[in-house]
Amino acid sequence: MTHQPQEALVEPDAVGLGSSGDDPGEGHETVRGRGGRFTGYWLMLPSALWLALFFLVPFYSLIAMSLYDPTGSNLTGYDMTWHVANYVDTIQAYWRPLLRSFWYAAMATVACLVLGYVLAYAIAFKAGRWKNLMLVLVIAPFFTSFLLRTLSWKLILADEGWIAEGLRTLQILGEDGRLLATPFAVVAGLTYNFLPFMVLPLFASLDKIDNRLVEAAGDLYASPARAFFKVTLPLSMPGVVAGTLLTFIPAAGDFINAELLGSPNQRMIGNIIQNLFTNQGDYAAAGALSMTLMIVITVGVVFYIRRAGTEDLV
Amino acid sequence: MSALHRLGRWVGEHLVLALGVLVLVYMFVPVAIVGLMSFNDQASRNVYRFDGFTLDNWLNPCDPSGMCSSVVRSVEIALLATVVATILGTLAAFALVRHRFVGRGPLNTLIILPMAAPEIVLGSSLLALFVSAGFGGQLGFWTIFVAHVTFCLSFVIITVRARLSGLDDNLEQAAMDLYATENQTFWRVTFPLVFPGILGAALLSFSLSFDDFIITNLNAGQTVTFPMYVWGAAQRGIPMQVNVIGTAMFLVAVLIVLGNEVARRRQSKVTA
Repeated sequence: MTHQPQEALVEPDAVGLGSSGDDPGEGHETVRGRGGRFTGYWLMLPSALWLALFFLVPFYSLIAMSLYDPTGSNLTGYDMTWHVANYVDTIQAYWRPLLRSFWYAAMATVACLVLGYVLAYAIAFKAGRWKNLMLVLVIAPFFTSFLLRTLSWKLILADEGWIAEGLRTLQILGEDGRLLATPFAVVAGLTYNFLPFMVLPLFASLDKIDNRLVEAAGDLYASPARAFFKVTLPLSMPGVVAGTLLTFIPAAGDFINAELLGSPNQRMIGNIIQNLFTNQGDYAAAGALSMTLMIVITVGVVFYIRRAGTEDLV
Repeated sequence: MSALHRLGRWVGEHLVLALGVLVLVYMFVPVAIVGLMSFNDQASRNVYRFDGFTLDNWLNPCDPSGMCSSVVRSVEIALLATVVATILGTLAAFALVRHRFVGRGPLNTLIILPMAAPEIVLGSSLLALFVSAGFGGQLGFWTIFVAHVTFCLSFVIITVRARLSGLDDNLEQAAMDLYATENQTFWRVTFPLVFPGILGAALLSFSLSFDDFIITNLNAGQTVTFPMYVWGAAQRGIPMQVNVIGTAMFLVAVLIVLGNEVARRRQSKVTA
């Protein structure tokens, strides 16, 4: 095979390694590889190496760390003793914050789904020429520090703030009822902080829906509500699945909201892991808890994607 | 068409948009409060409430000791991590869209995984690596840099890949048909078309890196970045100047995004 550039243009498989020329799925991608057949490898190599070295290898280190002898310290070093009991001990000691994390994350995810669906639907179908602007606005709060925005919620939910005062006047909140330092405050903070992660994938899948399908449902005498539940919602399921995952996973591992908006009674698993690492220097226990979190989330995600039946998320 | 039906229509037309705008407003309430608090004439560091209007915080942003040096450190790390992640990620995106090679499927999965893992797990695994490799005593600028490139890389690859795969092949075809060399086609046609995606990815990287706390805190040692300064201040009492930094960052980012958008519109008018 000659390697003239024009050749690469007309012949989709000039780079080789692909299936034979009559591949209808990829056939239109005629501007394939420039240069030689190894160009793809060279372009990919730096990123692949980086991710292998600083993402995959660290997981191996974390697994190893979670099995260290807990009597060591980060000053004297740890002995590798395959101490599986680390898992049992930490789960026994911290099962409450662990469960609480998943519970809070689940509530925040549901709240995000409701708020996010409304916003994503409005952007996709109702925004007209304001679509791009609204999308930019969804991302814009990210440019103010996460911590500062969370601290603002501390101000909004403060005991002497308007909202707490108002709810007390309306008798919804008891005489000395508080919003701050309650599970509500933590879940509200999580909901707020991870909402954009819900809106963006929801928008992506809503925006792809062919409006003619919804119109067809209307022509066939479906009410708008029925058309929504029978056509729009099922077609947006990939976005729902991606959005709930992108919200739930970081929310379950977060400790900033629990620390700034909650009290010690709302501590989540992230607070414990962080504290074990930075204050107590108990790396073995912290590693074991971190792995537990990762394992539970991975199993949950696999199960969830199977149930939801959308394996082609990306 | 029944009255009920028409009512449903109307509600669908207007209520949803109004609710959507309301959700957007909700997203901006804390941003507005950060802006407002940047003008706060703070009576005491221990009480976080609005005590009165002043320009002092904006005029003397570096008054709280250690804050501005933490901002400088965050900017240094973010710039460096952004440059490295954007270059590596853009190359990878080209490889994934334009080339075929063995292992493309697993690599596509590998790229998603860092975004799907909770930050606390990513942070602890990197710390585990650094400690076991003997860098436990040297945590600081460079370990933060490595951590930031790692989580920015995935976002860059995905952003640039999306832009690249949405590209219209015909423009490149046309350039080649008009006897442009491969290099000319790439630099005069392909690259300018992909550039907004690369710029967006860089902006995203910068703000992710500048804002990261959870991963940074585990791998920082004695180094203090801006979010770590805010975290520490939240325990001791917050100087209002942190809100000045937060607001300034927000305004700069919004200006960049708007500038990019205006340039894009002008460009599309020229080509149209």
